[in-house]
Amino acid sequence: MLEIKNLNKSFNVGTVNEKHVINDISLTVNDGDFITIIGSNGAGKSTLLNLIAGTYMPDSGKIVLDGKNITFSSEIKRAKDIGHVFQDPMMGTAADMWIEENLALAYRRTKKRSLSWGISNKEREIYKKELSRLGLGLENSLNKKIGLLSGGQRQAVTLLMATLQKPKVLLLDEHTAALDPKTAAAVLTLSDQIIREDNLTAMMVTHNMQNAIDYGNRLIMMHAGRIILDLSGEEKKNLTVEMLLRQFEKASGEEFVNDRALLS
Amino acid sequence: MIRLVTLQSGIAQGLLWAILTIGVYITYRILDFADLTIEGTFPLGAAVTVVLINSGMNPFLATAVAMLAGPLAGLSTGILNTVFKIPGILSGILSMIALYSVNIRIMSDKATVAIAGNSIKKIVATLFPAGTVSNTLSTTVGIIVCAALIATLYWFFGTETGCAIRATGNNSKMSRSMGINTDMMTIIGLMLSNAIVALSGSLIAQFDYGSALVNMGQGTIVIGLASVIIGEVILIHKEHNFAYRLFSVVFGAIVYRTIISVVLTISGFKATDIKIITAIIVAIALSIPVFKEKAAMRKKRNLAMKEGK
Repeated sequence: MLEIKNLNKSFNVGTVNEKHVINDISLTVNDGDFITIIGSNGAGKSTLLNLIAGTYMPDSGKIVLDGKNITFSSEIKRAKDIGHVFQDPMMGTAADMWIEENLALAYRRTKKRSLSWGISNKEREIYKKELSRLGLGLENSLNKKIGLLSGGQRQAVTLLMATLQKPKVLLLDEHTAALDPKTAAAVLTLSDQIIREDNLTAMMVTHNMQNAIDYGNRLIMMHAGRIILDLSGEEKKNLTVEMLLRQFEKASGEEFVNDRALLS
Repeated sequence: MIRLVTLQSGIAQGLLWAILTIGVYITYRILDFADLTIEGTFPLGAAVTVVLINSGMNPFLATAVAMLAGPLAGLSTGILNTVFKIPGILSGILSMIALYSVNIRIMSDKATVAIAGNSIKKIVATLFPAGTVSNTLSTTVGIIVCAALIATLYWFFGTETGCAIRATGNNSKMSRSMGINTDMMTIIGLMLSNAIVALSGSLIAQFDYGSALVNMGQGTIVIGLASVIIGEVILIHKEHNFAYRLFSVVFGAIVYRTIISVVLTISGFKATDIKIITAIIVAIALSIPVFKEKAAMRKKRNLAMKEGK
């Protein structure tokens, strides 16, 4: 279980550009939750994920993961418990290393790195099996530089890497936003499949309202650093994009501003 | 006409300088860190070796101590870069400039200290028939050391830690999200590289210069880069394994030294012209991709013009 209490984060403190990005957010993520997060530009969606992952440190508040207070522990330490997939497909993998080498790095996410050999033959079998889940035929090209793959393929492998060692929380930060619509849909379906099959707890930021409605068991809407809507169960199932937009206007008193959300 | 002896000396010197180049390869290519520390580490290795030999230490032991001194320089650069967040180039420059003072102190305020006692070269010479030329000795030792280094590094960069260092140089953000302590990996890489560079300085002092010179590090980073790039331009055209890539670096160092030896035999060139020649070689090698792209674009343009008609 992930508990967030009264979390605050500001950027550029003390300058004219000071921005209170996360404003006293409290949220409890239950085990097995698959939360989709949606919100207008600058609502603090990505920042929230980065605070959970430890990329940024909060100004105040508390983050507790499975009873352990991780609020100020380093990103590297947290990586043992958290899988993080970024928006940019180039960011999630080491381009000059082979597919199997990238997977081997991920396989050791939870372990201490020693001077023993970087990949064992036993692992290769695991990687082949896992890669075949992607349905991209990559299981036959373990020795291919990952930089030679397309953005969609790379993002699919990144997803696999984030879940190769089961994370306590999987963070997906607009991980399909940089892909073409068809590939984005494929990667999204794959994410959903992996999350369900491995019974993962996940938080997914998306700019696509329909996706936010279709996937997951819980939907959170953010605005100006606050959570303004938190729906689950039947309430979420019956949502439409229209209803979401109206809910947003009612809760925030503003129009929904996210070009990509409205265009896609 | 290139004389045989010119080639022989190019190979002999190239193999010793190849050790430095392997050190540069680790930082420049694997860590993606142009480490200027080595301009101070190279004379450091020489100074430590020569001073210890002159105080009566066994040359092999003195060389080993030099190899332990090098990593300290790498550690200093690594801490400046990762703990204090000083940009890599500047961290290296700071260590380099500090090492100048350190080296002068090690050499007791002298700019040059000649080897007075034994050296690895003399020991190796006893294994060969009397009168064996210096180039043969350097070549033998150079081949042994380069082969040992390639084998060791091939193993090391295949281990979990080695893979983590490669990942750090490739994509540090991703590496952190995989739980890799990227700061620690940068420091380990810098220490390893500087150990190798110190070894190179030590061996060149013993085999080539016969002394330690406080200024012998000047331009080593560019020489190292030139050798790395020449090797890659000539030998790397597709996916190759790591051992082959290290071999290409050694080959690059030999080619570089041979070019320099050949140029110096042309009348009108002076030894001090080496630096400008090196700069030109590096500039040309680094701009090859741009030339290739321009040529390809011209081809496309011409084709488009024809089709237009």
